[in-house]
This record gives sequence, structure tokens and C-alpha cells, in this order.
Amino acid sequence: MTDFLQLLFSGAATGSVYALAALGFTLLWQASGTINFAQGEFVMLPAFIMLAGLSAGLPLPLAFVATCGVAVVVLGWAFKRGIADPLFKFGMMPIVVATIGLSIAMRNGVRAGFSAEAHPFPGLFGERLFTLGGVTFTAADVGTLAVALVLVLGTQAFLQRTVTGRAMQAVAQNTESATVLGINVPRMIFYTFAINALLACATALLVTPVYLAKFDMGESLGTKAFFAAIIGGFNNSRGALLGGVIVGVAENLAAAYISPAYKDAVALVLFMVVILFKPQGLLGFKEVRKV
Amino acid sequence: MPSARRFALHQIAAVTLMLGLGAGAAHAQATIKIASLQELSGGGATAGTNFKNGMDLAIKEINAAGGILGKKIEVTHSDTQSNPGVAKSLAQKAVDDDAFVVFGPGFSGSMIVSMAETRRAQIPNFTGAEAASITAQGNPYVFRTSFSQATSMPKVARYITEGLKAKTVAVIYVNNDFGKGGRDMVIKALEGLGAKVVADISTDAGQVDFSAPVIKAKQSNADVIFVYTNEEESARALRELRKQGVNKPIMGETTLTGQKVIELAGDAAAGALGHVGLTVDAPGPRMLKFKADFYRAYNYIPDHNGIKGYTGVYLFKAGLEKAGKLDRAALTKALHGLKVSADKYPGALLDVTIDEKGDLDRESFLVEVRGGRQVVKEVLPPLGAAKK
Repeated sequence: MTDFLQLLFSGAATGSVYALAALGFTLLWQASGTINFAQGEFVMLPAFIMLAGLSAGLPLPLAFVATCGVAVVVLGWAFKRGIADPLFKFGMMPIVVATIGLSIAMRNGVRAGFSAEAHPFPGLFGERLFTLGGVTFTAADVGTLAVALVLVLGTQAFLQRTVTGRAMQAVAQNTESATVLGINVPRMIFYTFAINALLACATALLVTPVYLAKFDMGESLGTKAFFAAIIGGFNNSRGALLGGVIVGVAENLAAAYISPAYKDAVALVLFMVVILFKPQGLLGFKEVRKV
Repeated sequence: MPSARRFALHQIAAVTLMLGLGAGAAHAQATIKIASLQELSGGGATAGTNFKNGMDLAIKEINAAGGILGKKIEVTHSDTQSNPGVAKSLAQKAVDDDAFVVFGPGFSGSMIVSMAETRRAQIPNFTGAEAASITAQGNPYVFRTSFSQATSMPKVARYITEGLKAKTVAVIYVNNDFGKGGRDMVIKALEGLGAKVVADISTDAGQVDFSAPVIKAKQSNADVIFVYTNEEESARALRELRKQGVNKPIMGETTLTGQKVIELAGDAAAGALGHVGLTVDAPGPRMLKFKADFYRAYNYIPDHNGIKGYTGVYLFKAGLEKAGKLDRAALTKALHGLKVSADKYPGALLDVTIDEKGDLDRESFLVEVRGGRQVVKEVLPPLGAAKK
């Protein structure tokens, strides 16, 4: 039983990280109809910017703040202006292809600059261990889970409780009406991209101590997050959290009780089951497509 | 004087011919071309980069001292991306480019497919790959720069059963050619010595979360946990083992206690045991000098792959000097059964014997990670000597 709880807990910690990346997927989709297949690399790049800051002598919190600034400009503004805006009018496919291309470019760019080796990254919460009812927790696991939860719920609250957040949702739901209501649509869309960039920085801060900073660290993360977003519901931010945790826990349980060899297939199987029986995702709602 | 003129013409023709031939021959043999295929990116990047740097250091030294048989070495490194398909095509390219010898790739899975190319072209192929199957196929052109698993695993098993007095062992291995080869060898050796393998746990290359494998190992309640994965995964496994409070001895091979693993795993690596064929912490002045030279050139301390690359080039030098001419067949013949003495070839660092299959035998070391570095606990004699 303690083993089961241990698996459940470490799965939830991993899953909460998937959830953060998945939240980025759902946000961009809701606000701008963009699917960003470079989401994993959006996490990898801030990790390396922080690493550069650290090696330049900045303490971790300062490096993180600086990275957030850079990320909002590069992964928020430049991504929107350079890729999402010009391609949006041609439909979703060109954006998908462009973001896949972007992910390849980012991976290889970082590889060229930082070598292909993994680099260690300082943990935010230290390595302290404590045991509760036979289950061992690390401060890092608890911290990751807590921070991820706070970020997902905070984003949710921001979208629902603040004027700006509601305006962003209005833009997502119906751009024309939002314009008529006097909402600055391009600015709201930019906010979404900026929030996505900030979430990516936070994810990087949480996962890199475990994943290690490496040019291809975003690859599996991006895929898992995409599955998590679909499983939870692409048009619901809370779905991302649920999807992420489900994927993380299911993977861990499958690895322990079925076979570690099938661990990576679990997310895919869940993904297919959800697509077949509840295509809008567990928490998603049906969308009527306007032609 | 027609005869004199004809004689002059003959002379000119002969000289022209000689010049032409001479120039051609000189062109072909001006340098010794080495094609090096390494994992410079992907899962094997740590190993490949070390190997490459080790080679470069040795080649620089040899060229500075006048080369081999008076010829300078010219090396081209290419990146296999840790991908067997890429490695195979790079091996083809090396053959097309008429490389005199090929070094690498270091990944067993890549080596197994790429060595078919060098074998067909009868080009000697040095490798840092350790899967037992590589030299078990009767390929006369393959030479190792490190132990085969068939040499190292019996040493590991002997230490687990005699040194650690373990009756039961949990094996965590990575599901690729390297990991599976090692798993098969170590399980065979352990069972041969009367130990029982109570958990046989496979993990993926590039796996991030090790909580499930570690829980399985814990559940088995084995006396010793044997971890056989590549470097990054080893670091993650060590972190998870420590996190879950495992207090049984953790034993591994070279990949568990490497410098990069220690750097990535931090404190979690403390206490991990490893059998290593090569370590910069081996006692002796030659290794100390190598470590210092390497650090001066690259600003970091190499792992065993750096030593493999470095000593591999010196084994090649010893073989070629024994052959006495720049001829692949003669080199191949000279390398089989070659005994290299470190007194004569300091670059070989340790006395080493190459057997008829291309496998190496030499001393090896049992290390423990203490205070962020490998500390040699015991020097294990060559397998050949232990048998006597």
C-alpha cells in the first residue's frame, strides 16, 4: 500500500509538471486557435537562459526573473509577431507545421550553443527527505506539486475573476463581439502569449533539476503535455491539470505493475481512448464549429 | 646522334613516370587518415565527446613527436547523433573516403550495424562499445579500447558475491543493446556464483522518472542493487534510489560512477560502487599525467571514455609500429595477440593485451564515490592473471 501511495505521489508530482505545460497548450488554443508544437522547447529555452544567467553569476531567483523578461519578449511577443500573426489567416495547419519547425530550430540552436550534453541545474527546494506513513517525500516533489497547483489555479482565477482575464476569455469565445464591446483584441491575445511564456519559465524552473538541462529535454515533455491537454479537454484550463496528473500517475502505475517498457505507451493509450469516447476531453465541452 | 637522343628521351620518360608515381604514392601516404564516428549528440553525447577529446589529445601528442612511422595522423570526427542508421552511413562514407582506420562509434547498437561496413572494406575498426556480441561475431577487424561485458561482468559478479557477500541481487538495466548485453552477462555470472537475481527491471533509454523501477527494486528486498544504464539515466536512478531511502549497496559498472554522473547526481551519488576498466583516479604517475594534460587541454576532468579515446590511439600506434608499414592487413595481424607495455608506450597508460578476438585484458578497478569523486578501493588483476 505504501508503495502504491509512493507511486501515486511521485506520479502526481511528475503529472503536475505535464499539467503546467498542458495549460500553455489550452491557453493558446482558447485565445488564438494556435496549437504550439514547440511547447516542450518553450520550456527548454528558459532553462538554458537561466543556466546562462547562473553561470554569469546571478543567483537563481534573479536569473529566473531575468529569464521571465526575456521569455515574454522572445517566446511571447516575437513568437506571436513572427509566427502566429502572419500565419493565422491561412488556418491552423501552417501554424502547426511552423511550430514543429520552430521546435527543431530551437533544439538545434541550443545544441550548437550549449553542446548536446546534459547540464546539472540547481534544485529550488533542496534535497530534504521526509517520511509520512511509510511514504518518502522529497521537498522537491512537494514543492513542485504545490507550485504547479498554485500556478494552474491562479491562472484559472485570473481568467475568471479579473477584468483582463474575462476580456481574454471573451476574445477567445467570440472575437467579433469582443471587438464590438471595445476590447483591445490584439493586446488580449498578446497577454495570452505572455502568460504562456511565463508558465513555460515556471515549468522550466520546476522540471530542469530532474530532467537536467539538455537540448532535447522538451521533446517528451511537449508530447506528454499535448496528450494531457487532449485528455483533460483542450478548451478547459482545469482539464489541463486533470489530464497532466492522470498521465503522470498512470505512467508510474503502469511502469510498476505492468512493465516499464510500456510506460511511454500509457499516455498514448489514454489519449486514444479519450479521443474515441469523449473527443472533447474529460472536462472539455462540445464546441459548435462556425463555418 | 640518334641513339643518344633516344636515350635522353627514355630518361625523360622514366623520370616523368617516376615523378608521377612518386607523387601519387606520396599523396596517398602523406598522412594516416583516421575516420572517427562518435556520439557527439543524443543519448551518447557525454561518452562521445569525451572519446573524441581523448583521441584529439593523443593525436596531437603523436603528431608533435613526429607521427607514426614518420607519417602524421589526420583525423575527421563525425557525429552519429547516437543513431545506428546515421552511424552506418557515416561508416560507409569513411570507407568511401578511404580512411586507413575507423574509430567508433561507441554505442553498441550503432557499432553492431556500422562494423559490417568496415569489415567488408577490411578496415580495422577501434571501438569503445562494450556489448559482448561485438567481438563474438568473428569480425577480425574489430578492436576494443575497453573491456567487453564478457570480461567486466564476471569481475562485477565476483565482487558482488565475494566482496559484498550478497545472496540476492536486483538488476536495473537500460533496454538497449548495451544494457541488455550487460544484463545477460551479469545474470549469467551471478547465477554461476550462486547468487539469485530476485528482480530483473528494464528501463528506457532517456527515462526521466525512476520511481517505479526503484520501488520494484525495493520490493524485491535484494542484498545488492545492480544498476546498468547510460550516464544520464544513472544519475536519475541514483537520485531516486537515495530519495526512496534505499540503504542497500548500489553497485554498477563504469557508467554508474563516471565523473559526469557524479556531477549530475550530486550528493545522491555518494556511496555508489562501480567496477571500472579505466579511471583517471587509478594510482600511478602515467594516469596522473594524462589527467593533468587532459585538464589543461579541455578544462575538465575526463571520464573513462576520454581514456578510451586516448589509449585507443596509442594502441593503434603500437600496432602499426609492430606491423612496420602502412598496410591494413599487416596492422590487423599485428594487433591480434599484441602485448602493449606501458613502459614502452606510456600513452597506453596500463599494460594491456589484445586477444585474437579483439578483446582487451588488463587491470581494472573497484571504485566508490566519496566526496564527489571516484575513489579506488581495490585494484583487480587482469582476468587472465586471475585465472592462473
